[in-house]
Amino acid sequence: MSVSPSSISAVPGPAKDIRISQALGRRRYRINIMVKTLCVLATLLGMVLLGSILLTLVWRGAAGLSLSVFTTVTKPPGSGGGLLNAIVGTLIQTLIGTAVGTPIGLMVGTYLAEYGHNSLLANAVRFVSDVLLSAPSILIGLFVYQLAVEPFGGFSGAAGCIALAILVIPIVVRTTEDMLRLITPSLREAAIGLGAPKWKVIVLICYRAAKDGIVTGVLLAVARIAGETAPLLFTSLGNLNWSISLSQPMASLPLAIYQYAGSAFDDWVQLAWVGALLITFGVLAINIVARLVLRPRK
Amino acid sequence: MQQAVVPSATSGSTGKFRPGDPIFAALARASGIFVLLLLGSLILSLFIGGMPALRKFGLGFLFSTTWDPVKEVFGAGVSIYGTVMTAVLSMILAVPLAFGIAFYLTELAPAWLKRPVGTAVELLAAVPSIIYGMWGFFVIVPLMSQYVEPTLIDLFDGVPILEDLFAGPPFGTGIFTAALILTVMVVPFIAATMRDVFETVPPVFKESAYGLGCTTWEVMRSIVAPYTRVSVIGGIMLGFGRALGETMAVTFVIGNSSHISASLFSAGNTIASIVALEFPESPSGSLKLSALLALGFILFVISFIVLAISRTLLRPKLKA
Repeated sequence: MSVSPSSISAVPGPAKDIRISQALGRRRYRINIMVKTLCVLATLLGMVLLGSILLTLVWRGAAGLSLSVFTTVTKPPGSGGGLLNAIVGTLIQTLIGTAVGTPIGLMVGTYLAEYGHNSLLANAVRFVSDVLLSAPSILIGLFVYQLAVEPFGGFSGAAGCIALAILVIPIVVRTTEDMLRLITPSLREAAIGLGAPKWKVIVLICYRAAKDGIVTGVLLAVARIAGETAPLLFTSLGNLNWSISLSQPMASLPLAIYQYAGSAFDDWVQLAWVGALLITFGVLAINIVARLVLRPRK
Repeated sequence: MQQAVVPSATSGSTGKFRPGDPIFAALARASGIFVLLLLGSLILSLFIGGMPALRKFGLGFLFSTTWDPVKEVFGAGVSIYGTVMTAVLSMILAVPLAFGIAFYLTELAPAWLKRPVGTAVELLAAVPSIIYGMWGFFVIVPLMSQYVEPTLIDLFDGVPILEDLFAGPPFGTGIFTAALILTVMVVPFIAATMRDVFETVPPVFKESAYGLGCTTWEVMRSIVAPYTRVSVIGGIMLGFGRALGETMAVTFVIGNSSHISASLFSAGNTIASIVALEFPESPSGSLKLSALLALGFILFVISFIVLAISRTLLRPKLKA
């Protein structure tokens, strides 16, 4: 905001000071405009990048999108084939991973918000959960390989589910704790005043009040693990044949993308783009739904 | 944190024994302890798995730049260099960008644009990392090899130091490209954290500064930035932690070579990328697998330290 000359003249002092302060004002104004422009450009760049990723996916992926992608399993290069086993594998592993991880995460979040508060154990659990939330997912894969692949003598869909469940836990912990803390004390007090035991207050009153937030957390967790590749590399390995057995290696979309994108066959690369299109729009759609779930409360 | 602790009804006057409460409490507590054990066993399993390699190569494992599967000589030097180099480079590029976006979202954007742009940034953070890898490999790498890298090589030709950093054949893949892709991946994380932190500044502080005639940038620099400095650094560390452990995107574009070169355009590898690539050729029980697990252990230690710092700096502000 430049200082206009008329307001300056009201200030006593030699004319030189006025010129200096006017110059200073112009300089401040220019810096302000410059920084603002750079910030707008940074934001534009971010939007362009998102647009570029989405457009590339649509442009390259839509060309190969056909019904056979959803109805046939992967085949050797040159003989057609689809992604049916990969799609089903992703659905199975994501579903089981979420089903296993959510109750554990929910209980941990409940412990932190309702029982642990600021005790030493609660703070330790909170810290560890935060570390797990951001720990490199490939390490989770290595861990589950040591835990559930090597001792049992082979890669399996079950091991993939375990790895994904471990990724779900910290996400659900964070949202559950945050949401339970937001509940007004009067709601609990009313329930306790009626003589309800604490666990009933938590399960029947608090969970219900925090439902939207918890559902959001679970949806975000689903979106996160559906696109995970690294933890599955060493656990469910991927499978080119049709298999829904949890004791066998299992296919999944991200693994199929990884395998096909790096191959030298045009039709496989094309399938990789279709898979990428499906998984990205699936993940983004879940994210948007998760935001809509939370919206009315905010 | 400071919510009222309500007394449990089990201690109530009815005198009837109710098993529900102790069982539920024990279950919750057990889940908490389970998470502790989970992380504990994760560290332990990586350490034990890496023991044979660590014992054979000793402390030299950390610094040795040899990775020779044929002679069974393994060192972590190249991978640690690649991991740290790509992550640091990406931070240098990502921090100003993320700051710009966060500044725009909190102070500059008109109200109707805040939500869509904010959501777009969050969606950018939700795109699976393998998609970034594919996009990088098929879109960015050709751009780099045809336009960006030759231009940079010509530009810095004859300039000391920079001449060596930007040298070599412009393949498009390499450390520099990996850092660029990492930048695109971590910017949304850092920007979203910075925005949340910036919004914790009490409006009165900003209004007083505006009242004194400060420009928007001056309010950001002298009020918002000092007030949120600690948490902003925490947010940056969070992004740094992500960049260190990113696997799929880096694997696609780094070129995967076990040699160190001064040039940023040369191929390299990171701990995560070498683990992902070499794992299929490492039979169970082999020294190579042990070396990979030892690498995983090192990566865990590095990211644990970074994340611990980030959390210590970040938690108080966002939780209060």
